[in-house]
Amino acid sequence: MSQPLLSVTGLGVQFGTFAALQDVSFDLADGETMGLVGESGSGKSTLARAILRLVPATRGRLLWRGEDLLSCGARALRQRRRDLQIVFQDPMASLNPRMRVGETLAEPLKIFEAGLTSAARATRIARMLERVGLSPEMARRYPHEFSGGQCQRIGIARAMMLRPKLLVCDEPVSSLDVSIQGQIVNLLLDLQREFGTAMIFISHNLAVVRHLSHRVLVMYRGRLVEVASRDALFGAPAHPYTRALLAAVPDPTRAFAGRALTTGEAAPAAGRTPPALGGCAFHDRCPYAQPVCLDTVPTLQEVEAEHIVACHRWREVVYS
Amino acid sequence: MTPTLAIDALRVGFDSDGGTIAAVREVSLNVEPAECVGLVGESGSGKTQLCMAAMGLLPRGAQVSGSVRFEGREILAASPRDLNRIRGSKLTMIFQDPMTSLTPHLKIGVQLAEVLVIHAQMSWRDAERAALEALERVRVPEPARRLRQYPHELSGGMRQRVMIGMSLLCDPALLIADEPTTALDVTVQAQIIDVLRTMRAESRMAIVLVSHDLGVVAGLADRILVMYAGRVVESASAALLLRHAEHPYTAALLKCVPSLLGPRLERMASIPGSPPAAAGIEVGCAFAPRCPRAQPRCQTERPLLRKASGPPHQVACHYPLSA
Amino acid sequence: MSGAVRRWRANPAAVAALAVIAALIGLALVGPLFNPNDIRALDWANVATSPSSTGAHWFGTDRLGRDLFARTLEGTRVSLTVGLVASLISLTIGISYGAVAGYLGGRADQLMMRFIEVLSGLPLVFFVIFLTVLFGRSPYFLFLAIGAVGWLTMARIVRGQTLSIRRREFIEAAVASGAGPVRIVVKHIVPNLLGPVIVYATLTVPQIILFESFLSFLGLGIQEPHASLGTLIAEGAGEVEAAPWILWVPGTLLALLLLCLNLVGDGLRDALDVKER
Repeated sequence: MSQPLLSVTGLGVQFGTFAALQDVSFDLADGETMGLVGESGSGKSTLARAILRLVPATRGRLLWRGEDLLSCGARALRQRRRDLQIVFQDPMASLNPRMRVGETLAEPLKIFEAGLTSAARATRIARMLERVGLSPEMARRYPHEFSGGQCQRIGIARAMMLRPKLLVCDEPVSSLDVSIQGQIVNLLLDLQREFGTAMIFISHNLAVVRHLSHRVLVMYRGRLVEVASRDALFGAPAHPYTRALLAAVPDPTRAFAGRALTTGEAAPAAGRTPPALGGCAFHDRCPYAQPVCLDTVPTLQEVEAEHIVACHRWREVVYS
Repeated sequence: MTPTLAIDALRVGFDSDGGTIAAVREVSLNVEPAECVGLVGESGSGKTQLCMAAMGLLPRGAQVSGSVRFEGREILAASPRDLNRIRGSKLTMIFQDPMTSLTPHLKIGVQLAEVLVIHAQMSWRDAERAALEALERVRVPEPARRLRQYPHELSGGMRQRVMIGMSLLCDPALLIADEPTTALDVTVQAQIIDVLRTMRAESRMAIVLVSHDLGVVAGLADRILVMYAGRVVESASAALLLRHAEHPYTAALLKCVPSLLGPRLERMASIPGSPPAAAGIEVGCAFAPRCPRAQPRCQTERPLLRKASGPPHQVACHYPLSA
Repeated sequence: MSGAVRRWRANPAAVAALAVIAALIGLALVGPLFNPNDIRALDWANVATSPSSTGAHWFGTDRLGRDLFARTLEGTRVSLTVGLVASLISLTIGISYGAVAGYLGGRADQLMMRFIEVLSGLPLVFFVIFLTVLFGRSPYFLFLAIGAVGWLTMARIVRGQTLSIRRREFIEAAVASGAGPVRIVVKHIVPNLLGPVIVYATLTVPQIILFESFLSFLGLGIQEPHASLGTLIAEGAGEVEAAPWILWVPGTLLALLLLCLNLVGDGLRDALDVKER
């Protein structure tokens, strides 16, 4: 087994006194799709941006194809960016309103393949637009002339322009209509298959994650709480928070609006950092909480092969 | 019995840079007392403008025709004074983002009490006591402390509970909830739906629940209306609609919602194309370009809302699924 | 874009003001062709005559017998030129400085802003006097002097805009695409600033013209035999009892010009400011 594509060890991001991300570790293999799940305040978006160094990491290590990504200089970082791309949640906001679509798509080419003639560039752009389901003549238009779904296709086209090795998708379909979400997800799956791209798919919508991922990471208040293969996570979750998430998902076919297994909320009021906790961040909402949960931060323990959970009481959760 | 809300042939349009936008092309619906009606639609369906019309909150440039009657009284032509008497007391609304619907510089207690002082002519002292009771009803933890806090000191879910509490203060006849849980985490969404369910059981009020999320609506509504491009395309009891949808759009929409149970699909379901621009002229059925069952007749003749398999079930389609 | 044009057309004051400015510019350029009088020519026969539509001098003459029509048109030309050129200079310096400060952020930004604040504290007039003494009284140095002094507020505005644009998601997307700082500032930040900046620039043109008029009024700006609206007004102020038209003609024109520029600036802001996305 060759080295993993991405290796994250003990990654932490601190904004002043606020720990947005703490002690996150995982590996990602070539072509693998990893689902990253969490609600507000979980740190999932911060993790995505830390991996791409759009936000500075304050601790930990990040190895990209075996090389340190955190300490390399600005120029080396820019060189690596061609292989590490991102698709954003708000499709319109991620496009420069003053640039035509063609110019936006040309930018990665101009930066990394400066030797191309403008004709060659135009051909690549046209082909990419067709590949994402848009017509080449749309290159002349501005973002505000398109719908949300179309803008997201443009964003995906830009990200895939240089066949990156890793595509981070930060809630790519959350702001789109339900009837269109499938189109975008299927497009991502097709492109991933065609180009062999690994994907980190971030979503708060577990049902979508279930369709896409090989493995799933669940985050809560900046920490990893459970990591498992897709079947294990959805079949036999070991963390009370994962259970609560699964129970809360509405299902129209069963006239089910979602069950609240927990009280309280993940994200505290804006502007208030949660009190420094000695123990598990979830203890105040957890139906399984015991005194030990209040004092000691749970470490990741193995439930079975390839399934780890950070919970003192996981045995009760799994075997009850 | 007079319906709590009776909307008849409502049309809402706006002038804009691109021409006239028809947000609501023609909608008629009734909400009976103590009934919970779910209104489902995606972008461009017109559901939010429908709510605004029902509350008399449309902007001045809006072109409105038709009638909206609340407990028999016409809303569209009502004077601001009459509207202000009913709004906030008998006819209330909660919005998607509770941060922007609560006044940021006033304490929660003040905002709650103010409703009672103005609408029920209570004294401030009595009103504050009633405010505390309201917070207890919606299970806000540490309610006495919350009364003295400002909106930004509360989390999203808590603010939404405050909004629900505020809307119930004067024992309203109708609560319109416009995407009340969309901006909330899914675990908090489940809690808020519980609150709405409890409030509904404890009172006699009717609810109009608007959402793009069929699942949220499914758990609460007695009856569901599906809107597309400014019109109602299907209307049925919740149980009937979710199991035996007649309109191809409703059926497709149900398939698009990814499920946690059931087999894992290789490809996610979706509806090809996108909703029509609201500024266009309508020719035939608005859903025809995306409909797998479309026939030539669908392109030219607009289907009317008609009874489907049974009396409570109406569908606007030339070739409904049961046919 | 079409939305902006439509909103512009819906604003009658702005449209009319733009037409008036265009007319004034046209007149300033073309007028001398219809008027045979040179700005320097002294007509001793018609000293200090009042305006008349017949006769040689439509706007009358001044104390030295010079034709006021020609001189007023010259004054308009000069004032407008000073306004536009100085605006352009302050725009260029201001945008570059402000965008760089806003993009760099942190300590560099703080330092650059402190520098501006120090400069703002200095009285402008002394600065201009200093520059004028150093570089002589050529009108070109006047442009430079005013422009060099007027960029301060522009830089502040641009820096503020840059700070808010920098946080927008498409900037993050550009960074993720591998764009370096130069590309981001030039291709992404500056084009998105132009809306508010253009509006502000049109509102600074009247300020600059007024400042130039003030300088000229003090005797520091445009020198004889050239005229600007300011020098004409200075002259006229001295003659107001005997020959009031020497003040009223350039004064009215200056007021009209400033009013129209302000209306155009307001109209541009209303047209461009609304969400163009």
